[in-house]
Amino acid sequence: MAVVLVLVLVVVGSVVFHLVSPWWWTPIASNWNYIDNTIIITFWITGVVFAAVVLFMAYCVYRFRHKEGQKAHYEPENKRLEWWLTVITGFGVAAMLVPGLFVWHRFVTVPTDATEVEVLGQQWQWSFRLPGKDGKLGLAETSLVTSDNPLGLKTDDPNGQDDVIVQAADLHLPIGKPVKMLLRSIDVLHDFYVPEFRAKMDMIPGSVTYFWFTPTRTGTFEVLCAELCGQGHPFMRGVVMVDTEEDYTAWLGQQQTFAQLTPPQQTSSVEPASH
Amino acid sequence: MSVILVFLAVIVGISGWWLSHQRLMSKPWLEEGSVSAFPGTESGSMPAAKLGLGVFLAVVGALFSLFTSAYFMRMGLSDWRPMPVPKLLWLNTGMLVLSSVALQCALIAARRKDIRMVRLGLITGGLTAFAFLIGQFQAWRDLVADGYYLSSNPANSFFYLITGMHGLHILGGLFGLGRTTAKAWSDAPNDRQRLSLSVELCAMYWHFLLFVWLAIFVLLAGWAANFIDICRQLLS
Amino acid sequence: MVDVTPGSVGPIPPAEVAEMELYHPHSWWTKYVFSQDAKVIAIQYSCTALAIGLVALVLSWLMRLQLGFPGTFDFITPEAYYQFITMHGMIMVIYLLTALFLGGFGNYLIPLMVGARDMVFPYVNMLSYWIYLLAVLLLVAGFFAPGGPTGAGWTLYPPQAIMAGTPGGEDWGIIVMLSSLILFIIGFTMGGLNYVVTVLQGRTRGMTLMRMPLTVWGIFTATVMALLAFPALFVACVMMLLDRVLGTSFFMPAIVEMGEQLQHSGGSPILFQHLFWFFGHPEVYIVALPAFGIVSDLISTHARKNIFGYRMMVWAIVGIGALSFVVWAHHMYVSGMHPYFGFFFATTTLIIAIPTAIKVYNWVLTLWRGDIHLTIPMLFALGFIVTFVNGGLTGLFLGNVVVDVPLSDTMFVVAHFHMVMGVAPIMVIFGAIYHWYPKVTGRMLNHAMGMFHFWVTFVGAYLIFFPMHYLGLMGVPRRYNELSDMGLIGESAHHLNAFISIMAFIVGFAQLVFLFNLIWSIRHGKEAGGNPWRATTLEWQTAHTPPTHGNFGKELPIVYRWAYDYSVPGAKEDFIPQNEPGSFGPSREPA
Repeated sequence: MAVVLVLVLVVVGSVVFHLVSPWWWTPIASNWNYIDNTIIITFWITGVVFAAVVLFMAYCVYRFRHKEGQKAHYEPENKRLEWWLTVITGFGVAAMLVPGLFVWHRFVTVPTDATEVEVLGQQWQWSFRLPGKDGKLGLAETSLVTSDNPLGLKTDDPNGQDDVIVQAADLHLPIGKPVKMLLRSIDVLHDFYVPEFRAKMDMIPGSVTYFWFTPTRTGTFEVLCAELCGQGHPFMRGVVMVDTEEDYTAWLGQQQTFAQLTPPQQTSSVEPASH
Repeated sequence: MSVILVFLAVIVGISGWWLSHQRLMSKPWLEEGSVSAFPGTESGSMPAAKLGLGVFLAVVGALFSLFTSAYFMRMGLSDWRPMPVPKLLWLNTGMLVLSSVALQCALIAARRKDIRMVRLGLITGGLTAFAFLIGQFQAWRDLVADGYYLSSNPANSFFYLITGMHGLHILGGLFGLGRTTAKAWSDAPNDRQRLSLSVELCAMYWHFLLFVWLAIFVLLAGWAANFIDICRQLLS
Repeated sequence: MVDVTPGSVGPIPPAEVAEMELYHPHSWWTKYVFSQDAKVIAIQYSCTALAIGLVALVLSWLMRLQLGFPGTFDFITPEAYYQFITMHGMIMVIYLLTALFLGGFGNYLIPLMVGARDMVFPYVNMLSYWIYLLAVLLLVAGFFAPGGPTGAGWTLYPPQAIMAGTPGGEDWGIIVMLSSLILFIIGFTMGGLNYVVTVLQGRTRGMTLMRMPLTVWGIFTATVMALLAFPALFVACVMMLLDRVLGTSFFMPAIVEMGEQLQHSGGSPILFQHLFWFFGHPEVYIVALPAFGIVSDLISTHARKNIFGYRMMVWAIVGIGALSFVVWAHHMYVSGMHPYFGFFFATTTLIIAIPTAIKVYNWVLTLWRGDIHLTIPMLFALGFIVTFVNGGLTGLFLGNVVVDVPLSDTMFVVAHFHMVMGVAPIMVIFGAIYHWYPKVTGRMLNHAMGMFHFWVTFVGAYLIFFPMHYLGLMGVPRRYNELSDMGLIGESAHHLNAFISIMAFIVGFAQLVFLFNLIWSIRHGKEAGGNPWRATTLEWQTAHTPPTHGNFGKELPIVYRWAYDYSVPGAKEDFIPQNEPGSFGPSREPA
């Protein structure tokens, strides 16, 4: 009988925990409330199934536990019941999958007016690069990384000269404008993760990955690395500040461009490494 | 990963075909008593060793399919420099074909109980396979002498890795072949009985490794690349 | 469909299956140490797996010490922490669960349940164990290697796995790990060939596939999958070993490490992930399918009722096995692979939920109108259903590509996979040990200790892993040894972490009681007799308990019925062993 009680308690306790515990997702700061909604749908469907299965089981144990002289009913299968359950399960799964796929489609379709921002991960810090006035990021390669050129920009690419470099400092973003985060790493896998933005993506050395979002609320947010990157992994933190338009412009004005950071005599002498 | 998926599809096809003869739709609770009404649903009559080898070859097939899959995925990246195929490989291929033919002859002879031919076939098969290994090793040395080092390019790395893996499998096969050959010279009646099966297993293994080698050769020589390009275009 | 006419049993010639030649041991060494008897090998596999599992349990305590009480224990440096989680994960998934389900239960149960004298290749079977032992020893050697074991996480993702920033990356740790895995795979392949061929060729007369217990179906399908999936891990390990030792660039792109350019260029870390998960996802089902099969038999036996929807259960096992090869990239939704793969893999992943759900329904429907004996195996089976349903449902979060985006790499994932492939299969392992221990030793396990073990394990494990999901929902990433200065979590989350750690210790303690019970009951347990659970399957019908070498007496049993003839109307007893002739046909037709 203790089993019946515990099984019921598991269901009731889980539901109560879900409703009253203080541990819940952080207040959202991006347009991805679609994702939150999909999670809510999933919570409802899976919650109902969990409660139904476990409570049914508890009832079975209560009602059909062994008593003297009892004999089990003989029923090898019930095709109709099984097909019904299959169909209902199929609908439940579809109810989660279909909205999920729609939101995923939105997630992978970057709006054309999104501003590009590059994030560069390395053990164990974040750097950022914003396109300059031309609105284009210059080319960059890991093999070009030196202490003078920590992001590995191609020095002969004119697009790169006015790129704004934010090395090992906070990133600022304007509110309400879609941004496409271009993710790059120069050593191991990292993952640019701001819980409040909901979006994340691994960064892979040797290729550029991306995701996009629109910041919807100003504030200071902590960047975490979400892909194990060696023993400094938990300390690989950064800061993203979402600013109003004026604050953002003021901040941008204080930043230095690639050309400003690179001594001119070097710009002319360094040849891009040939492969 | 398309190569391994195709390979698995073949495996699934074979398993599905076999399962479809096992009355998976029947209601076992209604079928008490003898199953003699349903031939083929009990344990098969194929020798366990033969089936075991078949399963093992499926595993080996999966292994090489995975190497091939990895090869194609890595090939698409920018630093890939195809490697020239040493002429020696043609000779080696010939050796391996001879080896397979010799074992097939041994098998036919074993079925006719012609013990002298069996011995001849086994010895020839073993020597030619050994010559294949020597030839492969020589090909490696030639390549290294020409400056194609293992780590200088992924194409080189794959060449050494895949040919090495195949060579190890041949080496393992030679061990089995050695035991079979010992049986062919043994006078114990027990060994005589089993000889035919042993020869058959060796021949099976050899044919399979020959097939794998031909596939590898096509792959490493780059002839597969055109085919893959067509596949890529179809996919994208 | 042709049904056998009831009553047409007729005389069946005994044992038409050719008797296999058994190797007869002559000395103590060949009988108990270098034994070719599958039952001895099974016990060797099980003991080794449980022993190394104990190491992994201790490692989990150490990491929970750090997470629950950060800064209190100085010896758990970040480096050590990563080594603990890596070894814990690898041991639990590969060296404990895979080895115990297939090497342990597979070896013991397959020959007995299908009515064979032994595995078909006993010598290869013996080699399989010794190579496995070698792999385990090599794994343990990692702890004593210079630089310690690898700390790359059990997924061993390059480039970090073979770089200086990771413990063991530039030392011996990763080399030892990869070599041990390669050995394990070779050893497993030897065993796996045995399990598959024994099921295909070694079944006794009358044992058709549809008369096999689901345990055999589960182990058989899992083995077939493992034989095809492990090569992917093999390939990945060999290639990474070459990258690490000989400087090739399979997985290693151009890298700047601590300001210096490394030799590598052009490699693809994603390629490794594809290979790893091409093995890694089927691996989940390699562990789950035997558990599914075993729990079906536990529930059926202890509820005295045939498993509901046997045919559907078989189809589901086979279907899940096949489908599990086309879902691997759901571990890689945020890996940076082509985003359009997400559509395909989310769909296949959620489709696999349907056969899995059917299995769950059939388990609970077996309880419906049963005669439920609340024995310890039954309790563990109930515990399995709860934790498996819970973990399976959270899998629907992570499998649905866009929901996975915020949740991946958080504690939600950790909680999910511990629930679904940690706690749930281990519940089955415990249930199975309580169920078959009487056959293996001739004695029952102590009931009181068993009850204690079940209650603490079930309730404790649920209390550990259920709240853990919510840490992940908050955004706490996994593989962080320190959360102390993280702005997004409040003080309460630290209390939760401390609570989880304390529960982990209590649950771990209960496992020590279980181990004690295992040893104590060998001598002091109640005599069990041949068939204490009054079960139908062949292993309970042996002439001797424990079964002797060759399993069955002079003649192999002949099978006349399926494995689930419990409470058949018209039968004298509430179970009819599979090898009992006689017919009860007419009363079985649905009314």
